[in-house]
Amino acid sequence: MKSGRLLAALLAVATIALVLIGTVWPAPSAAAYAGATSMLDSSSTAEAAVGTLGDEIRAKAWEKAYSSLANKAQFTEPEFEHDLTGNYPSLLTYSTLGNFEVRPLHASASDADVQLTLHWATVVGSSPSTRTLHVIKSGDKWQVEWPIVKTPTLAPQVIPVNYLRWDVIYRGPGDDWGAQDVEAPHVRIVDMHPIERADGVVVLGELLNEDIVPAYVSVTATLLSKSQTPIATEGSFDRISHLLLPKQVTPFLIKFPNVSLSEVGSIRMTPLSGLIAASADPVIAIDNEQLHPAPGASLTGQLNNQGGQIVNVAHVLGTFYDKTGNVVWVADQYVNQALLPQTPVPFEIHIPEDLARSISSQRTVIATYSSAGSQ
Amino acid sequence: MRLRGLLLTCVAATAMTHPVLSQSTSMSMPTAVEAGKAFSISITGSGKATLYIIGLGQVLKRDVTLGQAAFFPAGSLYNAGHYLAVLAADSSAQSGEFDIIPLNKPAELSFLARPSRLPVGLHNGITGAVYVFDAYQNLITTPTAISFELTGPAGTAQKRAMETQDGSAWTSMDSTGQQGVDRFVARSGEVSSNRVVSQVPGDPCGLKMTARLSGQKLVLATDPVRDCNGNAVSDGTIVTFTESFNGGQSTVDVPLKHGVAEVQMDDHSGATISVASGIVLGNQIHWKD
Repeated sequence: MKSGRLLAALLAVATIALVLIGTVWPAPSAAAYAGATSMLDSSSTAEAAVGTLGDEIRAKAWEKAYSSLANKAQFTEPEFEHDLTGNYPSLLTYSTLGNFEVRPLHASASDADVQLTLHWATVVGSSPSTRTLHVIKSGDKWQVEWPIVKTPTLAPQVIPVNYLRWDVIYRGPGDDWGAQDVEAPHVRIVDMHPIERADGVVVLGELLNEDIVPAYVSVTATLLSKSQTPIATEGSFDRISHLLLPKQVTPFLIKFPNVSLSEVGSIRMTPLSGLIAASADPVIAIDNEQLHPAPGASLTGQLNNQGGQIVNVAHVLGTFYDKTGNVVWVADQYVNQALLPQTPVPFEIHIPEDLARSISSQRTVIATYSSAGSQ
Repeated sequence: MRLRGLLLTCVAATAMTHPVLSQSTSMSMPTAVEAGKAFSISITGSGKATLYIIGLGQVLKRDVTLGQAAFFPAGSLYNAGHYLAVLAADSSAQSGEFDIIPLNKPAELSFLARPSRLPVGLHNGITGAVYVFDAYQNLITTPTAISFELTGPAGTAQKRAMETQDGSAWTSMDSTGQQGVDRFVARSGEVSSNRVVSQVPGDPCGLKMTARLSGQKLVLATDPVRDCNGNAVSDGTIVTFTESFNGGQSTVDVPLKHGVAEVQMDDHSGATISVASGIVLGNQIHWKD
């Protein structure tokens, strides 16, 4: 009994002592996360200068970060901030910088090139953004030259838009039970097949809205064993464009982790559709799409908002086909900046290296969200 | 059954307070009565008693004088079903059973027409199911003559005549080739019920585009898009233009506006341009400046 109390007292004293030590002499990483100092040492080296800048961006210490730049005379502090977080509401507006990576590319006694990859924590997951920074030595310290990309601003104007819009009126509570309600949109799965990946089974396919009204869609798949008992049920979640205008096709991808294809006897697909109020605006053109082979296989291109409405969040979904036209993969990317009218915004979708060789064509669709009214 | 047992128990308990029914007391009632019609139950004997009529949705209680008929005016019982009559006096009770049956005259049709919207030219694409009710909302289960009539946008009518089975009848009809609104009518005697069915254009047919240069841009436009029956495809339908050039590609999904889709794309000499809508492919253009 006595020894137990002694042990508890010792543990309490040790805990208090460790807390005090941690507060008075914090570990560099903890101090950096708290926004106090850099994990790297000040600006004594090019990498340290970039690291310090990264810490300041993470702490949203814009004034401090801006004042440390070598080329700050070329732009204002708000322009620097908007270059990182966007001028208009977008994914980055509601994100924080989770972590960053510093990678030296080239160095001499007076200057260096350093790659800074910022991993923004957004509501749809991590969104990396990479900048190559030129760092110059000024006296005994290194300073970063920020490669400013000035966000274009929209000139005040009126853009006439006369695209179609659909609204829905459902039957009322006073209607006879036999009275008709508005029909749910007719959708059809036009392609579906499973593939086996290292982390489980993936069901890929395409869904068509064959109706004349917009549809809110999702797809659920149930894997059945050879004895027709259910193994697992999963949905497409955000690996699909949920809004389909008439005759529009979306790819979908459904993951079944830790399931082997050899266990699967059949698959039960359930496409779901509902009516939704929608607009045919904005039209987003996808320009200059390029398939890049492995290594670093990817699909790149530019999104061009042809409408008059600012698109705050754009979701790019790429469907990749083999030579025979079968879907071999579906990949996506959220674009972390707003799409301004007539302003190209680049995107890059990564493709698994092992599948890249079998891809011969692709098709891209865009799902958009505008805070002025979702499409 | 539980409900009936409970009611009989209650009635028996109530009867304990009444005089005993004599051996000569008996009830005589019709085996079936039409809903809402007047009827009577004749009771022999002498003295006073209480008559209970117990059905699924109704319970009646009457103080009766034995030896006289208990008269129930029109509208007393109107829910079709099986009824129990209990005559209670003192510690004894007598019971009998009879049915309330639906009126043989339809007063209301519940008509379910599906779907409310479908493409043109679908065989048996429209179904209609009808349930026949009397004036008291009882399902009329005896065979009743029903006619269905679907009048298309062009005025042509498809007709079916049949009898209900167990209170219902159904049919299926074709959507015609012309888009517009169908009028779908179910009729029984003087009673009818109307529904509308919208016939919408089908998939685009013979999708064709043309290209022309306008400044630095290539203007692509479809001819008016129609389905295989010649109906104009609805505005808002997505048409996809794809321009392939030197390993690159540009794509735009454009909604139809006033029957055509039009877009401006970058001018790439030697590009192959294709057009599609849903799963329907249109023509291809090999563009040269």
